[in-house]
Amino acid sequence: MATKETKATPVEKKLIGLADIVIQAADRSKDPTLSIPIRALSNVSFNERKGLIEMGDKKQTRTFFNVGMAKKFMQTVLVADALAELQRADLTTSLREIYYRTKHTIKDSHENTFDTQDESDPVIEDLEVSLAALREELHVRAENSGSIVGPVVFGDDGDRVDCSKLGKGGYSVPSIVEPEYLEIRRCTADFLLLVEKGTQWNRLSEDKFWRRYNCVLLTGNGQPPRGVRRLARRLHEEHKLPVYVLVDNDPWGYYIYSVVKQGSINLAFESQRMAIPKAKFIGLSSADPERYGLPRNVGIKLNEKDIARAKELMNYQWFKKPAWQTEIKRMLTSGLKYELDALANKDFQYLTKKYLPGKLKEKDWLD
Amino acid sequence: MTRKHATTPSSSAPASATSETEPSVPKKAAKPAQQVTAVEMGARQREISVAEFFTKNRHLLGFDNPRKALLTCVKEAVDNALDACEEAGILPDVTVKLEVVSNGVPIAPSQATRFRVTVTDNGPGIVRQQIPRIFAKLLYGSKFHRLRMSRGQQGIGISAAGMYGQLTTGKPVKIISRTSSRAAAHFFEVQIDTKKNEPLVHESKQIEWDQPQGTQVMLEVEGKYQKGRASVEEWLEQTSIANPHIKLTYHTPEGETKEYSRAYHELPPSPREIKPHPYGIEFGMFLKMLQDTKGHSLSGFLASDFCRVSPQLADEICKEAKVSPHTKPRDLKGGDAERFYRTIQETKIMAPPTNCISPIGEKAILSGLYKQIKGEFYTAVSRPPAVYRGNPFIIEAGLAYGSRPEDRNKPQQPAVPKAEGEGEEEDSELARVIRYANRVPLLYQQSACATFKAVLGTTWKNYGVAQSRGALPAGPMVIFVHMASVWVPFTSESKEAIADYDEIQKEIRLALRECGRRLGLFVRRRERAASEFRRRNIFELYIEEVVEACNRLKGGKLLKDKLKMQLQQIATSRTGGMKTDEALGKAGVGPEGLPHSIIVTGEGVEGDVEPVDQARTDTAPSSVPVETDLLGDEVSSEVESEKKRTKPAEAQGKAAKSSKGKAGQAALFDSPDRSSRRNTSKKPVPASQPRGKK
Repeated sequence: MATKETKATPVEKKLIGLADIVIQAADRSKDPTLSIPIRALSNVSFNERKGLIEMGDKKQTRTFFNVGMAKKFMQTVLVADALAELQRADLTTSLREIYYRTKHTIKDSHENTFDTQDESDPVIEDLEVSLAALREELHVRAENSGSIVGPVVFGDDGDRVDCSKLGKGGYSVPSIVEPEYLEIRRCTADFLLLVEKGTQWNRLSEDKFWRRYNCVLLTGNGQPPRGVRRLARRLHEEHKLPVYVLVDNDPWGYYIYSVVKQGSINLAFESQRMAIPKAKFIGLSSADPERYGLPRNVGIKLNEKDIARAKELMNYQWFKKPAWQTEIKRMLTSGLKYELDALANKDFQYLTKKYLPGKLKEKDWLD
Repeated sequence: MTRKHATTPSSSAPASATSETEPSVPKKAAKPAQQVTAVEMGARQREISVAEFFTKNRHLLGFDNPRKALLTCVKEAVDNALDACEEAGILPDVTVKLEVVSNGVPIAPSQATRFRVTVTDNGPGIVRQQIPRIFAKLLYGSKFHRLRMSRGQQGIGISAAGMYGQLTTGKPVKIISRTSSRAAAHFFEVQIDTKKNEPLVHESKQIEWDQPQGTQVMLEVEGKYQKGRASVEEWLEQTSIANPHIKLTYHTPEGETKEYSRAYHELPPSPREIKPHPYGIEFGMFLKMLQDTKGHSLSGFLASDFCRVSPQLADEICKEAKVSPHTKPRDLKGGDAERFYRTIQETKIMAPPTNCISPIGEKAILSGLYKQIKGEFYTAVSRPPAVYRGNPFIIEAGLAYGSRPEDRNKPQQPAVPKAEGEGEEEDSELARVIRYANRVPLLYQQSACATFKAVLGTTWKNYGVAQSRGALPAGPMVIFVHMASVWVPFTSESKEAIADYDEIQKEIRLALRECGRRLGLFVRRRERAASEFRRRNIFELYIEEVVEACNRLKGGKLLKDKLKMQLQQIATSRTGGMKTDEALGKAGVGPEGLPHSIIVTGEGVEGDVEPVDQARTDTAPSSVPVETDLLGDEVSSEVESEKKRTKPAEAQGKAAKSSKGKAGQAALFDSPDRSSRRNTSKKPVPASQPRGKK
């Protein structure tokens, strides 16, 4: 601890650099300016060779003496200050705590530095990208919202966690899973199944699917958070587990798969560490209702938003493969989307006993 | 009904059914006992006296409920007083007194049910013989038979108020009147004979009266006294806004005295009487005029009984209608009369003369609004005369906007840090519309009124004022609309809302738009200045934060003051220094180039402001509302500052402006008694006399 106080971490140095920008600009009577990489579709590109979404080098400038940006600028400096404080104290915190830490009423006014958390969250992301520091490195954690079960053993804060002996609840994936926080001691699984929904993960866990097929079951309860994605990537990389993604058959399910595989647009700079280019899409495919005899009445009509989103996906470079174009078009033609849960229409254990075994046996997946 | 049928025994059910459904089929004489012969019916048919009719239909005259009735009584008495004073060329000075009538036990005014209304004026008085009929005979008066702009129109008002009092309390109307200081004052107690619509005189005598001239009416009525919306007080306040030349004193039932001072010392030009315009006459009325005329020939009748019909035009009309111009008017009947009437309507006739209307005038509206309503921007527009159905009319509109600077600078609550979700307080106050017809405020049936519809139909968003769909504009604003006409088309006899004629609607909208345009300019200029100010403020606020954060980042080893100063210098150089004030252009006529407007700022008042009545402020009792005091101070300080500035130029400008204004008025109201008015207008306000700074 004592060493930390005297010697600043690289991240802390980067944060202090922000203050230097202000001081140097003021010395030269210039407007202090930060440049922040743009986090939008316009500034990402798909690297086909690597199979990753990569961030371009377009930047936006954020200057202080501009009425529209002054507040944002001030907020950025405040957040940097709070983050540096975390570094010095060697603590981790949540986005919401950062919000509370930096919120106060500006002297002699009714104005608050931040009114809602929606204002502070993007500032943190801005700092992540512009300082090229990972959120974990900034000591900011997301909520634990993932579960894992299967033949894998972790070391967490010196505790041995055997995920095959945690009943049907499994182990709750922490938000920071870097090797210094979470150690993978042993893994004997053959593959990893990443399930979109907690309900279906529960079904598989309860049915001990993982034991029968010797796999790791992982869920992120919807869009998988960083911890879950990073853990999947580590298992994939360090233990050569093939990754299969099981999601609902709707545009959002497709997108979850694509985020796992290529990375997201917003956090493109993290694809390097997160994406699993070899991940496979195991279901629910728009071909499945017919193949597995799901009645039309368990489908849900696509609404306008779904259709717009599906068309948007078809234009993404990483969905340009012919198989994927067919897949999405088929959904649009049928006009229906299907939830994983709809499989229960045939039998409560249809997913465990028929659907997945069939898929795995026939290697019926999309790349 | 069905329930009744179901429960009543079968014998009565069919009987009631027949009597209800078949009274018009008399052939079924099955039950002769129930039938009434024409003779018997005839015996029951008799004339209904107007007075009797109104006794039963008092809501038609504005006596629907006790609260409204009390207001109507005050209103009718004050209207009468003002009309009389103005016609006699006297600046009205009216006192209204409300007292609780109780039998010994004192009652709180809000609980009381009986009131004595006393209205005293300094008018010409009424000759003795006429008093009973004016106050105790319905439809008797000087105003109905002439087309002349006046507050009252039909001659129902005050006698109806008296009748209402008689009906609810049994007390007669008491009148004191004196026509001059040399004449004696007469006291009368009169009641109305509702059957015959004739006055019953209870008491008539000469008395001593401390007033040299004038009339006092005392009514005792059942009523309910309430403050707030549509109260006596609101009505008096609004009256004083539209009639800044009057002085009103109001003694409330609580024993307070409120003064509505005189802000304008010129009587409105006396309106002229005109003859009806042919376009405004219905066929039935035309037939009656044919019978009643004194003209011997048709062409003579047209030329003498209507306005804008010259003898030549009359001959042309007769030729066009193929009727001899020498026909006796009485002989024109049936189809001929109808054809003749249609021909008149199709003939192009010049619009009626408009000098018969006396608008309040932009200056007077401004001083009225300025006197009674606190704001920072005032403007007024008088439209040129227009015509609906042959009746000339003038629309005037005014605006008072914002809050006075001294109110804004009031020490606000200490800055409490705001929690999440706690935004700035939404200012959802809606504008208030004050409506007038011939200078009389209209308090009821706002949404049925043409003026209100025009306010809603105006796109206030164009003028920088928020407005939700189909609602009044939002903001601290009072919108003033006045219609002056020889005949204001009301939607009902109780005279509460102006009927929505297209021509009227159009004029109101045009007036409102002009007001809105001026307001828009004002608001936008204020906003520009404010945003410039905010810009500088923002940087100043945030510099502190940024410096502190940088200091912490640097581990507290920063020269804070140096960084702060450097940043502040950049901020000042980037916001263009002190140019904020120049964002307010100060060129052209009127304040900030806006005609007929007043702008109140922290430093003073700009625009056509008439100082408040001198005599009143000198003797001002302590009960005078505070705002007039503030106002007085402001005016004096403004005069002071004006003096300091280029005095001769200013004075010249003022003189030029006022003379121009007068010339304009004279041209518009080219009335015979112009010279007399000149006299009254010559001694107006001691405009630039600085009032004593204590």
